[in-house]
Order: sequence, then C-alpha cells, then structure tokens
Amino acid sequence: MNFYHYASPSTFYHLAGKVIPWAAWTAAILTVVGLYIGFFVAPTDFQQGEAYRIIFIHVPAAWMGMLIYLAMAFWGAIGLAFNARLPFLMMRALVPTGAMFTFVALWTGAAWGKPMWGAWWVWDARLTSTLILLFLYIGTVALWSAIDDVKRSDRAGALLTLIGVINVPIIYFSVIWWNTLHQGSTVSFTHAPKMATTMLQGMMIMTLAAWAYAIAVALVRVRRLILERERKTEWVNEILSEGS
Amino acid sequence: MGHFFWSVLLRDLTLAGRRRSDWLIAVFFFVMVSSLFPLGVGPEPELLKRIGPGVLWVAATLASLLSLSRLFEDDHRDGSLEQMVLSPASTVQLVLGKAAAHWLVYGIPLLLIAPVLGIQFNLPSDAIVVLVVSLLMGTPILSLLGAAGAALTLGLRGGGVLLTLLILPLYIPALIFGAGAVDGVMAGTGAEAHLSLLGAFLLVSLLVAPWIAAASLRVSLE
Repeated sequence: MNFYHYASPSTFYHLAGKVIPWAAWTAAILTVVGLYIGFFVAPTDFQQGEAYRIIFIHVPAAWMGMLIYLAMAFWGAIGLAFNARLPFLMMRALVPTGAMFTFVALWTGAAWGKPMWGAWWVWDARLTSTLILLFLYIGTVALWSAIDDVKRSDRAGALLTLIGVINVPIIYFSVIWWNTLHQGSTVSFTHAPKMATTMLQGMMIMTLAAWAYAIAVALVRVRRLILERERKTEWVNEILSEGS
Repeated sequence: MGHFFWSVLLRDLTLAGRRRSDWLIAVFFFVMVSSLFPLGVGPEPELLKRIGPGVLWVAATLASLLSLSRLFEDDHRDGSLEQMVLSPASTVQLVLGKAAAHWLVYGIPLLLIAPVLGIQFNLPSDAIVVLVVSLLMGTPILSLLGAAGAALTLGLRGGGVLLTLLILPLYIPALIFGAGAVDGVMAGTGAEAHLSLLGAFLLVSLLVAPWIAAASLRVSLE
C-alpha cells in the first residue's frame, strides 16, 4: 500500500470521509457501554464511596490530553521533515480536542478533589503538570492566531510543539521533585489499593471511546481545514457545488 | 567555523555597550519586581526568607523575558538579520552568538545584583552563594530557550506578550531546580542535586534550542 497516495489532500479528504462514521459510532457505542459499566456495574469503592466514579471520565481525559500533544508533535515533525501540507492540518485539527481533554481532566480532577481532599485545587505534581500542559496548548493556539501567513504559521507551530515535547518529560519530573520537596505527602498514589477488574474494564473502554472520539472529531476538522486551504482548486469547487 | 559566532557576539556586545539604557532597564526591572513582594506579603523576616529564592528566580525569569523580545527585532527591522541568515555562515552559530551576547548583557548584571536582593530577603550567606551559582547556570537556559521563542515570534504584532506566553511554561524546570537549590541549602539538604539537574537542563537546552531557533528564524524570514 502506498501511504504517499493519501498524503494528497484530495484523496485524504475522501478517505477521512469514509473513516469518520466508523470512528463516531465506535465512540458513541463505547461511551454508552463504558459509562454503563462505570455507573451501574462497577462496585462502590470502600474508601472513596461513589465519588471515585469520576475516574471513568477523568483518567481517559488526562491520558488523551498528554497523548494528543505527542500526536501533534509527531505530525509537526512529519510535516517539517517531508515538507508536506497535510500533517500540519492534522496538527491543527488535533489541538482543540487535546486542549478540551486537558481541561476536562483538570475540571473533573477539581470536582473529585473537593470531597476527597477537601480542596478544589492542590499543588500536586499531576495537577500542576496537567495545568502546564494546558498552557502549552494555549501557547500553540496563540502563536497560530498571531501569524497571518499560513505557511509560516504551520511551521512555527510545529517547531514550538517540538520544543514543547522535549520539555514535557523534563517539566513532568521537575514538578514531581518540586512536589516531594515542598509538600508533606498528603495523598499517595503509589500505594493506591488495587482496582477491581470491572473498574479497570470500564476505564479501558472509556479510554478507547476517547480515542475513537478524538479520531472522529480530528478528521471532521481536518476535512474542513482541507476545504478551506484548497478552496481555489477545482476538486473543492466541485464538492462545494455538489453540496449546495 | 567558530569565527562567525565570535563576530556576532562581539558585534552584539558593541551594540549593547552603545545603548546602556537597555540593560540598565532590565536590571532595574529585576530590582523593582523583587522589592514589590515584601510590600505585598509583609515585612516578616522569616516569611521573606521562605519566599526569597522563589521570588528572586521568578523576577530574574521575567527580567530576562523583557529583553528577549528584542533579541532579533532590531536586526530584523534594518534587514541585517536577513542578510546574516542568507549568508553561507551557519544560522545556528548566529543564534548561539546572539544568545551568548544576550546572556552576557542581561544575565550577568542580574547575577551581580542578586546578592544585594538576597540580603534584602534575609537569606543566609551560604544561600546567597548558591543563589548566584544557580542563576549563573540558569540564566543561559533562559537566553537559549528565549532565543527560540524570539525567533518564532519575530515581527508579529504583540510579539512580546506572545513570547511570554510561549516561553514561560518552558522555563518551569529552570525555576524549580534553581529556586530548589537555594531552598535545599536553607533546609540543610544541600544544593548539589538541584544544581546537577539544572546543569543537565542547561546541556539539553544547549543541544536543542539553537537548532530549533535557527529553523524558526528561517521560517519567520521566508
């Protein structure tokens, strides 16, 4: 199979159109199954009561927030290395979803922290590094929106994400060490009780749902971006006149 | 090939020597921001000692950012930057020369004034020594990463604020290790661990930032 075939915006536009319904339905079905397991099947936690059920949304969101940043850096690097247009569009299409998941992770984390820790926000290592990740997303969007020239904006965003992705592990570990130095350990994650199997299953299904959702939404967005960028070409005009 | 690096460095130092107000403003900014904190949180010596390392490090970060937005701006405006990038000489060396000059002009004065501010914050003398050492190792990181940010935001409207938004999250490890070294001395755990990590971060920045900054300059000048 020739991957370069799909590097052309017009062929990728049609491929994406075929994948979207599959990804969207997978996301919808898995979300329903995962939430059902999470809220009705999984047992109540003996320590945290019902409040722990937020993890079925919180943990997948936090994972996706980090993973999408890596995916952005990947597409940015591909775009710079092969000097292609499409990878940059993939990168742009991923950002809003990544920022959304990171925000959801922070929000649900705060909602969980209030009953568990008695505070909406503590300067825990994970919370802090997730907040910094959100800052990195915001910085990328800010850079894009400040540059009018499309080509420069694509490349500048990719380079910024590359520095960001090298820094992410350094930031993560520095924040962990900072945390252990400054705070008497209030909550220990390393000695967390083992999770019940159904809880783990529910969480994994929700993670897969988050994956499928991210793919579907990113592809919808990348199709819009392709149409916008290629609006002067013939095949886009054909599609647009068919649609109207 | 190091020749180009040295000529950029000497040129920028000469220019900075002719415009002394630029770097004096950065030093005064550092002093003023640090002096605002006692006014904001109260004059208790123990409290100031506790927050001192962090405040001084944050102020140093901001002072370095203040000057970074103009790192390439003046040369860009008169067109000499474009000539230097187009020339066969290596753009990485250009960036390294610029960052080194920025560090010498804006970083070193911060190191020299930092002990005075440390005394204001009631830091013990061994902590002040570590503060200067941590700034000595940390401020080059600020210049290097900042050079990449300045290259990305070259010539954009609102470039200075945007640069702050992009680069501050990347400075966080330097801030943590730098302020942590001073805290470590005061807590009796020693500064070696934090200083080693700061040194490692400096090396990583030295390896990565000039190349990204050079690529960004080429993108921005296209």
